Amino acid sequence: MSETITLPVVSLRAIAPAAILATTGFVLMLLDLLPPRHRRERMAFVGLAGVAAALVATVLLWGSGASGFQGMVVLDNLALFITLAIGYATGLVLLLSIDYLQRRGIESGEFYILVLFAATGMVIMAGANDLIVVFLGLETMSLALYVLAGIFRTRIEAGEASMKYFLLGAFSSGFFLYGIALIYGATGSTRLDRIGAAVAAGAARDPLLLIGFGLLLVGFGFKISAVPFHMWTADVYEGAPTSVTALIATGSKAAAFAALVRVLLEAVRPLQGEWAWLFWGLAVASMTLGNVVAIAQQNLKRMLAYSSIAHVGYMLVGIVAGGALGNGAVLFYLLVYTFTTAGAFGVLLLLERGGEEAAQLGDTAGLAARHPLVAVALAVFLLSLVGIPPTAGFVGKFYLFGAAVRAGYIWLAVIGVLNSAAAAYYYLRVIVSMYMRESDGTPTVAAPSFAGALALIVALWGVIQLGIMPAPVFDLAQSAVLPLLR
Amino acid sequence: VTGILSAVTFLPVVGAGLILLLPRRAEGFVRATALTTTLLTFAVSVPLFMRFDASLSAYQFAEQRAWMPTLGVSYHLGVDGISLLLVLLTTFLMPLVLLSSWHSIERRWKEFAITMLLLETGMLGVFVSLDLFLFYVFWEAMLIPMYLIIGIWGGPDRVFAAVKFVLYTLAGSLLMLVAILALYFLHGTATGGYTFDLPVLARYVLPAGRAQNLMFLAFALAFAIKVPMWPFHTWLPDAHTEAPTPGSVILAGVLLKMGTYGFLRFCLPLFPQATMAFAPWMFALAVIGIIYGAWVSTVQADMKRLVAYSSVSHLGFVVLGLFTLNPQGMIGAIIQMVNHGLSTGALFLIVGMLYERRHTRLIADYGGLWKVVPALSVLFLIVTFSSIGLPGLNGFVGEFLILVGAFQVNRPAAVLATTGIIFAAVYLLWMYQRVIFGDVTHEENRRIPDLSPREWVILVPVLVFIVWIGVYPATFTGKTEASVHALITQVQTKAAATAPR
Repeated sequence: MSETITLPVVSLRAIAPAAILATTGFVLMLLDLLPPRHRRERMAFVGLAGVAAALVATVLLWGSGASGFQGMVVLDNLALFITLAIGYATGLVLLLSIDYLQRRGIESGEFYILVLFAATGMVIMAGANDLIVVFLGLETMSLALYVLAGIFRTRIEAGEASMKYFLLGAFSSGFFLYGIALIYGATGSTRLDRIGAAVAAGAARDPLLLIGFGLLLVGFGFKISAVPFHMWTADVYEGAPTSVTALIATGSKAAAFAALVRVLLEAVRPLQGEWAWLFWGLAVASMTLGNVVAIAQQNLKRMLAYSSIAHVGYMLVGIVAGGALGNGAVLFYLLVYTFTTAGAFGVLLLLERGGEEAAQLGDTAGLAARHPLVAVALAVFLLSLVGIPPTAGFVGKFYLFGAAVRAGYIWLAVIGVLNSAAAAYYYLRVIVSMYMRESDGTPTVAAPSFAGALALIVALWGVIQLGIMPAPVFDLAQSAVLPLLR
Repeated sequence: VTGILSAVTFLPVVGAGLILLLPRRAEGFVRATALTTTLLTFAVSVPLFMRFDASLSAYQFAEQRAWMPTLGVSYHLGVDGISLLLVLLTTFLMPLVLLSSWHSIERRWKEFAITMLLLETGMLGVFVSLDLFLFYVFWEAMLIPMYLIIGIWGGPDRVFAAVKFVLYTLAGSLLMLVAILALYFLHGTATGGYTFDLPVLARYVLPAGRAQNLMFLAFALAFAIKVPMWPFHTWLPDAHTEAPTPGSVILAGVLLKMGTYGFLRFCLPLFPQATMAFAPWMFALAVIGIIYGAWVSTVQADMKRLVAYSSVSHLGFVVLGLFTLNPQGMIGAIIQMVNHGLSTGALFLIVGMLYERRHTRLIADYGGLWKVVPALSVLFLIVTFSSIGLPGLNGFVGEFLILVGAFQVNRPAAVLATTGIIFAAVYLLWMYQRVIFGDVTHEENRRIPDLSPREWVILVPVLVFIVWIGVYPATFTGKTEASVHALITQVQTKAAATAPR
């Protein structure tokens, strides 16, 4: 076992999107030091330019299959697809944040820097082919998000959110690391393909590997907030600035799912028969608990938090189903969920009353009469979350449940659709409030700025486009996971 | 002419788009645009009827374009004798419904017009889709406009009724989605061709057994809730009572037919053995619905609720007819769907007109209207007779054919169902008597005006067809015969092919 240490060949192609985002982050750190006023907008626009450049790089690199750092980082189509989702999520969050931060009086340049570093971490996770790199990305992303969650220093909920997110996050990171260590002990490597080879060669029955894999799942379960690792979700979603909540709900989940899919398919696919049932349980628990508890919520951010747990459950249905269909459906759903959820939070962050956040259900009363376009936008996002055609949410669920039926998990699909029906109740309640009730007391204000409106239009476009013409994107998603299944 | 079905289906969306661009203040333009759109849609749909070749059982005016080729989803439209009349019923009712909303809808006319037009596209899409995916898209998408119509423009308890309507329907249809997916994969693995195309799937002979039964039940539940069949009907009285007049008319006139249409279009050809196996159960539910609906109607104090429960009874006849699987019963069921759309639609229109005058729907608040509003009373009488099934009017034709068909298959069911006609006479005539005859018991009723020109324009076209179908139904039944015979042959050959040996 004596290997000479060779310096890894630095392959910029393999990390191009992440490198662009990180560089933009550093540029912003410098810009933050320069004095002129209105720097906030300037920083946001530089950040957006960075995100746009990363997206362009992603598109250009499609199909190139670059890999680097001795195979620790790969830029296959799976990574690129998720990078697209992360890029859209980050771009939307930046657009939404500009006037949101101004209205909240948080004039800190760090916000944009941290968003870009969080995105960098996410993109690294999406392309990680080594557990250590997964962890690297995970921590880069998480540390930035811990700070972002508490960036509204004066709000008590913000402190709670940040602290809770940090403590539980650190705890889950510990599990994750311990899992990596045990897996390394069992297989002698942290590279996913080598772990896969060892598992196929007979390490599958090694208790060390099984325990390590279990611990790894705890870490993933925390990041995607699947039941029973969801405890932090509602408090963090509620306390964090709404645009940060959008990023936590979309980008960080997309990244964690990408890494999870890669681990499952590359490292432990021989054990699929066993872990499929584990995920079956997680999926049912997440869908059911998420939806049932969401019904009881009056705060819309908390409601969307529990709804996001339910949606993770739907995506786990795709993981259970497996194959190109199931995993492709998960990727597609991640993109759908990014547009839908970023859009929904994008409308919520507009709502305020007397300079304060107004995210209670009652705050939306009569919104349709005062801000018809904003109400229509939120209604479309909510209908997509319900899964009503012709929105993207319907097609996404159609693919997920279709994959489950295909793989023979009919009852899982039945539980899934019954959950969707129950979920309709609490999403529709918001539409009821906006369209069918009159505002009591001082009405809430909701006037998007140009950037905010642009973000909502992009999100709406995504929801409708993927709902009416899903085929090209779904084919991409399927082709992205296909190489991993060989 | 290809493209005519797309034109009919999507013209309302175009109209809705135009209205979206109009300013809210220009309400006159909004109304004019909405009405013109629906009239134009009707005008474009009439050639469907004229040029429909009644000798063919195949789908006509078909259009097919690739949509999601890798999944086997295509944009496939077409009509046959089963859907043709329902398409025309929809396009025919829409302008009348908009006219009836002229005064009864008091706020947010712009949103109302857009919602109604989107609803029309959804309903037409359900009837013309020949791809299960496309069908499901329209089937679900149509829920939302109806939800908004009940929830925004409805009565005091509208929110409860609207949410109940959506949740009931959604629960049923999502299970149907699972069944659609199961059918898709079963067919795909068996034949190698993955497709949602209905004509292709209908040719596939599904093995008899548990899988077929479960899929039939999933589809049947979705349709039974929509019809609604007893015991899945409880959303209907709430929805009808709370919905504004135009909502009630569309709900009764078109939406409920989607359930019965679904049985005909999907359950019968796709699951022939299960259809035959469950037919006695469907007869039982249908007969219970006929009698229960009639009994409950009798004791209603609210006219709208009475008409709503009468729908449960009348649609029981339709279900009875279509599960007879013989030509008389099924043609009767199809024509009865149209009849119910016209008669019950007209009843809701008249109740709405009375409500606009007196702002009450309670039977007890009326009485002696014959002397005050003779024209309205006469038209009301004709519509009532049509709903009862008086010979010479449309209702008789449909119910008679259904009972003839049912007698050949299941005599007890037919006998019990016949009592439903007697009960219909009881509850409708009793209501009519209390509202129209006798002395004027409430002073307010002395001053109510008779039919306005607008109201004449709404009711006369409906009455024309009520009489036309009653006197010469062959104009309409003739269009359906070839398709019905083809459907029966298809069900029987497929059932024979899958019969256990």
